[in-house]
Amino acid sequence: MSAITTRGLTKDYPGGVRALDALDLDVAEGEFFALLGPSGCGKTTLLRTVAGLESATSGTIHMGDTDVTRMPPGRRDVGMVFQDYALFPHMTVLDNIAYPLRIKKRPRSVRHGKAEDVAHYLGLDGLLSRRPGELSGGQQQRVALARALVAEPQLFLLDEPLSNLDARLRLEARTFLKQLQQRLGVTTVFVTHDQAEALALADRIAVMESGRIRQLGSPTEVFRRPANLFVASFIGSTPMNLLPGRVREERIVAAGTELPLPAEARDLVTEGEAVVYGVRPEYLDALPSAEDGAFEGTVSVVENLGGSSLVTLDVADEPVRVVVGEERAQQLAPGDRAWARPRAGRVLLYRDGDLITSDEVPAAAP
Amino acid sequence: MEPGSDADVVAAAGSEAGAGPGRRSTRGARGGRRVNEVVKEVLRRIGLATFVSAVLGFFALPLLWLAFAPFDAEPGISVSLPEFTLDNFRILMDNPYALASLRNSVLLAAGTAALVVTCAAFAAYALSRVRVPGRDALLYVLLLLSSIITGTAAMVPVFLLAFNLHLIDSRLGVVLVLTGGLLPAAIFLLKDFTDATPTSYEEAARVFGASPSQVLRHVVVPVIRPGLATVTVWTVAQVWGDFLMPFLLLRDPDKAPASVIMYTFYTEGGQPDLALISTFSLLYALPVVVMYLFVSRRYGFRFHGGIKR
Repeated sequence: MSAITTRGLTKDYPGGVRALDALDLDVAEGEFFALLGPSGCGKTTLLRTVAGLESATSGTIHMGDTDVTRMPPGRRDVGMVFQDYALFPHMTVLDNIAYPLRIKKRPRSVRHGKAEDVAHYLGLDGLLSRRPGELSGGQQQRVALARALVAEPQLFLLDEPLSNLDARLRLEARTFLKQLQQRLGVTTVFVTHDQAEALALADRIAVMESGRIRQLGSPTEVFRRPANLFVASFIGSTPMNLLPGRVREERIVAAGTELPLPAEARDLVTEGEAVVYGVRPEYLDALPSAEDGAFEGTVSVVENLGGSSLVTLDVADEPVRVVVGEERAQQLAPGDRAWARPRAGRVLLYRDGDLITSDEVPAAAP
Repeated sequence: MEPGSDADVVAAAGSEAGAGPGRRSTRGARGGRRVNEVVKEVLRRIGLATFVSAVLGFFALPLLWLAFAPFDAEPGISVSLPEFTLDNFRILMDNPYALASLRNSVLLAAGTAALVVTCAAFAAYALSRVRVPGRDALLYVLLLLSSIITGTAAMVPVFLLAFNLHLIDSRLGVVLVLTGGLLPAAIFLLKDFTDATPTSYEEAARVFGASPSQVLRHVVVPVIRPGLATVTVWTVAQVWGDFLMPFLLLRDPDKAPASVIMYTFYTEGGQPDLALISTFSLLYALPVVVMYLFVSRRYGFRFHGGIKR
């Protein structure tokens, strides 16, 4: 049984904007599920529709066996953390956390006891009598989490939970969030526009674009085998190299280089066909000298990433980005000749924007 | 106000203020700075101090009169140190209408404020949360018309309307007319507060199962409470000072508020009875000042006047 099932879920806004376009989605029990996409892709609308804050134009939403499509938000048994946390400014931290129980008409002693337990669990002891305005961003986020958790909902929704925190705190909060979800095991859906966040946190990711899901899979699948050019260019902190190429005699010519044809695409392409050759900078190995089936070009930029460097090669007027290890990168300077070979099995071919692959459902690579 | 006394005070204040910067100039010269600039600075400061003192004096003198005249054995229309007495207050107590009129003012102000704040809160909340076509146009037209309702131009129609509704000589009638006149501006003021309140507060409450009335009571009202306080103070002050509507609609002097009764304080000879007027003015002004101070301390008084933050 899945925790959330949507079938043909559509949301039209007045003015003809279609935010969700016939979405079919299944989120499994206990899963940490990410909705990822650029702004305006419908990810937040989907989350709000699941929460009941927006009503679906057509289609259905089930939670377990219950049809909740027309159910008011309060009866859906969800806990939600808002992007701005939405902590009530006139209530103390304790009253904020206890608020869902107050609505449920629990006696004061019960709700305060429960709120104190949850606050303790999230490391908020000593802050209970403060107002939200007196807390730091990270503390506010934890109060919002505590408030969402206190009534033990069967579903946990997070709208851009980390975007209001500064960079350093964000990493800390990310680890904390992942730990928390693992310990509680509650089904969690979160929205983010940050692909690194989705990769780091989620069990599965739905990459969305203009109201549709463009790819659904584990972080590894989505990172290694983007199903289309949109996902390929969206995922990864260093963008994937996408080079226009042509099939010629069992090989591919891209950026003036003859490259081996990926095994899985061998029987699926025809001679002379135009394809897009995709390889991540992480999957290009820098070489000390020229080799068959490797890119050769002039170094144009070296960007230090800390433990490694992002080197941009100018290969027959096409930029090819390569992630190069510390030692090798120190020897490279703009103007140098450099060589890079795509790692076997990590090269992807795209035709008309979609991945050329033999298997219908891409298997999860370990 | 006697012109002579006014000028004297201003001159005195000017010379006093000039003494401060004068000392500073000698210190500046000793420091070996460019003398020209120092002189210019001193002149600028003297000019500024004189101007500020003049303006301050202009506004302070009436207040001084209000503070001194009620305790003066022979109150005049100039400011002078009083020959202290509390007799004027005894005279005021003997007046059959004075204290009752203050009570009437309180009744009118409280009634109108309650009605205005309640209606304006609902209207402002709805207007800021629900998409209504032509919402802003509606609000501006209402705002424009509202100044007419309680103004002199609508005196006759308002009177006829009240007459036909049998609301002449009724406090309810005055409260209703004043509410109608003040409501648009109150909605405008309050909408500023509701607009500035993120909808996520309400959504959070809804997700946790709060009903619409719970959302309103637990979240919206507490969050816009400073706005409600602002509008309450503003409404009370407006009603407190309004003369025309109660004068027009109330016949019985027992029901007349302080603003109307004040106009009856004349001696038999037709001269204004300054003993009564000054004392009454003080009593009349105090509640508004006290209310302002209370609200200001409690909520950090902010008058937004419809300006977007």
